[in-house]
Amino acid sequence: MSAKRSLLTGAHFLNGDFACAEGAIAAGCRFFAGYPITPATEIAEHLSERMPEFGGIYIQMEDEIASMAAIIGASYAGLKSMTATSGPGFSLMQENIGLAVMTETPCVVVDIMRGGPSTGQPTLPGQQDVMQAKWGSHGDYEIIALAPCSVQEMFSLTVEAFNLSEIYRVPVLLLGDEIVAHMYEKVVIPPPDKLRIVNRKKPHVPSKDYQPFMPEEDFVPPMATFGEGYRFHATGLTHDEHGYPKTQSSEVQTRLVRRLCDKIRKNVDKIVKVEEILTEDADVIVVSYGIVARSALSAVRKARAVGIKAGFLRPITLWPFPEKHVAKAAAQAKAIVVPEMNCGQLVREVERAAKNTPVAFLSKLGEDPHTPAEIFEAIRRGI
Amino acid sequence: MRVEIRFAGFGGQGIIKSGIITAAAACLYAQKNAVQTQSYGPESRGGACKSEVVISEEEIDFPKVDVPDVLVVMSQHAYNEYADNVKENGTVILDPDMIPVEMALKNVKVFKVPATKIAEELGRKIVANIVMLGAFVALTNVLDKDALKEAILANVPKGTEELNIKAFEKGYEYGKSLSSA
Amino acid sequence: MVQEIVAHPLSKYLREEMMPHIWCAGCGNGIVLNCFVHALDELKADLDKLVVVSGIGCIGRTAGYTNTASFHTTHGRSIAFATGVKLANPELDVVIVSGDGDLFAIGGNHFIHAARRNIGIKVICANNFNYGMTGGQLGPTTPLEALTTTSPYGNSEHPFNLVHLAAAAGASYVARWTTLHVRRLTQSIKRLMQKEGFCFIEVVSPCPEIFGRRNKMRSGLEMMGWFRKASVVENFSDPAKADITPDRIVVGEFVDIEKMSYEKLFHEKIAQINEKTMEKMS
Repeated sequence: MSAKRSLLTGAHFLNGDFACAEGAIAAGCRFFAGYPITPATEIAEHLSERMPEFGGIYIQMEDEIASMAAIIGASYAGLKSMTATSGPGFSLMQENIGLAVMTETPCVVVDIMRGGPSTGQPTLPGQQDVMQAKWGSHGDYEIIALAPCSVQEMFSLTVEAFNLSEIYRVPVLLLGDEIVAHMYEKVVIPPPDKLRIVNRKKPHVPSKDYQPFMPEEDFVPPMATFGEGYRFHATGLTHDEHGYPKTQSSEVQTRLVRRLCDKIRKNVDKIVKVEEILTEDADVIVVSYGIVARSALSAVRKARAVGIKAGFLRPITLWPFPEKHVAKAAAQAKAIVVPEMNCGQLVREVERAAKNTPVAFLSKLGEDPHTPAEIFEAIRRGI
Repeated sequence: MRVEIRFAGFGGQGIIKSGIITAAAACLYAQKNAVQTQSYGPESRGGACKSEVVISEEEIDFPKVDVPDVLVVMSQHAYNEYADNVKENGTVILDPDMIPVEMALKNVKVFKVPATKIAEELGRKIVANIVMLGAFVALTNVLDKDALKEAILANVPKGTEELNIKAFEKGYEYGKSLSSA
Repeated sequence: MVQEIVAHPLSKYLREEMMPHIWCAGCGNGIVLNCFVHALDELKADLDKLVVVSGIGCIGRTAGYTNTASFHTTHGRSIAFATGVKLANPELDVVIVSGDGDLFAIGGNHFIHAARRNIGIKVICANNFNYGMTGGQLGPTTPLEALTTTSPYGNSEHPFNLVHLAAAAGASYVARWTTLHVRRLTQSIKRLMQKEGFCFIEVVSPCPEIFGRRNKMRSGLEMMGWFRKASVVENFSDPAKADITPDRIVVGEFVDIEKMSYEKLFHEKIAQINEKTMEKMS
């Protein structure tokens, strides 16, 4: 069914959840499965209205486990697919995020972070799922996670998440938080022809020669769609290039798992995005992501205004972690400040990359992110 | 210049909407930057709720309100919570019928707008928040009247435009009468 | 002299490179697979439009053995995965072949909701009364007092009556057979494949190596003997009264009703929305 209703373009005043939903539609997502949860529910609500207008599917599943499984099925049936949730639901999704990694399924998982652990504080923000995003499912794997800091990025990074998932055949996580999700801001949506949209590679061999997990040079295998004549098998078991289970072979296990990691690790320079402001000559660098980064930037500007050489480095890609960028910035700085709305998660990666440069961690939990004044104080202490 | 506004009351009064309309007015109809954030409890109706707006000519980094320049308050609970946290020489606009017990506030201008009563006279208590917005525009120099009207038209349910604009004008008139008094 | 090698007439339905299969001697899974491919053959099914999905367990390997597009999901999630496939492309025939533990313990929630929605997924469940692959633990269909590795004193849990559950949850087609009823099972699978909406067949299946030997049925033959002795065909009888007991296994078709499928309802809705939008635009 063709698009009967037009894509949203131009300047709008939207909240983050709406912007994310519009980003999904603009990226070509035509399948959403989810389960209501604060503060991500508005994404589902908006898509339940918008998806049918584009001939797309919205389904409310019985839980988040099912939602994750359903978007994998839809992706294999040829549709770009997405789910959206928050902490408790994200925990339930981990099982099939692992399946999506193993079966190399392009899909997008939005996690609007709220206060945890457990049911925690449903209506308040957090950045407590950062490590779960990387390590949440069992086994070794690499994944991509993006952290928007504005309503505009809730749109643009959702589009980017779909593109990356299609290119690398990997679930891509959008790690928002309650503030960016519910905050209203101006969003400028470019016309469709100005938006970069990427679709998965399709096989260019006949069915009989198709090996569904035979990678090309970029470590990524072309992907056939169910119903197009390719009779291939996919499984969560360790499998060879034909997709057939090889549960006893060390060689196949090594080859497969290494490749699943390598397709992200060896393409890291193409994947990673950071924002750097005033880092070239900085004595103190604030490394900050998501909503907190906005306070951090404000604090850095305040510091510069009083003659302190402060710099700002924002990982837009949390996973893979922008190790090179942080290492380079850290090499010439005297100190690094990492404010996070958790008890210390991404700061561990920063410490690893910063080597000998001292790293000060600034923790905050509850309703509000760090104020610019709090981060400014930490910058002052850092010099 | 950065201006911070806090709307506070209880769920069901249209507090969140007031913030969205104000920020949209600044953003889309007054060529400024604006961010709206909110805080609410698990209750859909009756719980404490606040909606905050930051307006600036510059890019807005920290999106939250710390100490507001303007407090628009519509419940006793919210008044008790936020009334003494307003910038020096700031403005407090309150609905006296919803706030029977007041405290002595220092170094702020206090304006009493019986928005709920005015809304009831218009036949719909639900538009009290829009009455408050009218008074807010009249009593502060933050936003242009027309920008706010446009934002109201874009953000209220179809079929209620006339009622809402009437509510806005009533609030505006009331606000003007206070500021000239 | 060159001897002509004649391929098995049903070999095109199977992935020969996946053979030999993993199933024990006396296991009923081969019979289930056999009846399934016979049904496909009799229906002249379009294999390019068929997706076979399974979960975890011995019978879960079926997806890998059938020469169609196929997917082997995580434990219990075959129905949720298949829901995504069917909705994304309603033209596909989506068949799940999985086990009682996979579909009704860890996957039980997905089963009842798929039946409630009446989504056009076809589920064939091999019920062998226990978790065979992990060595014979009790499951949601293990009979009372049966011995398993985790009910060494006899099972104290009441088992599910699967056909009753499926019927109550809203399935359009519900049947039960045993692996003894190969012809009826094949016909029943054909019916399941052709019907709209959520369809379910339970196949009571022998697991002599793991379940039978702990319960005085050491061989496949002994288990089949039990099926022969206890089975009674009672088509369209009350599924609520079809509990499986040592003396009685009621088999037959229990439900065969016409009801709009979820995917049809949803896609009709999309068409209506588009029509309205077109009207508004013109």
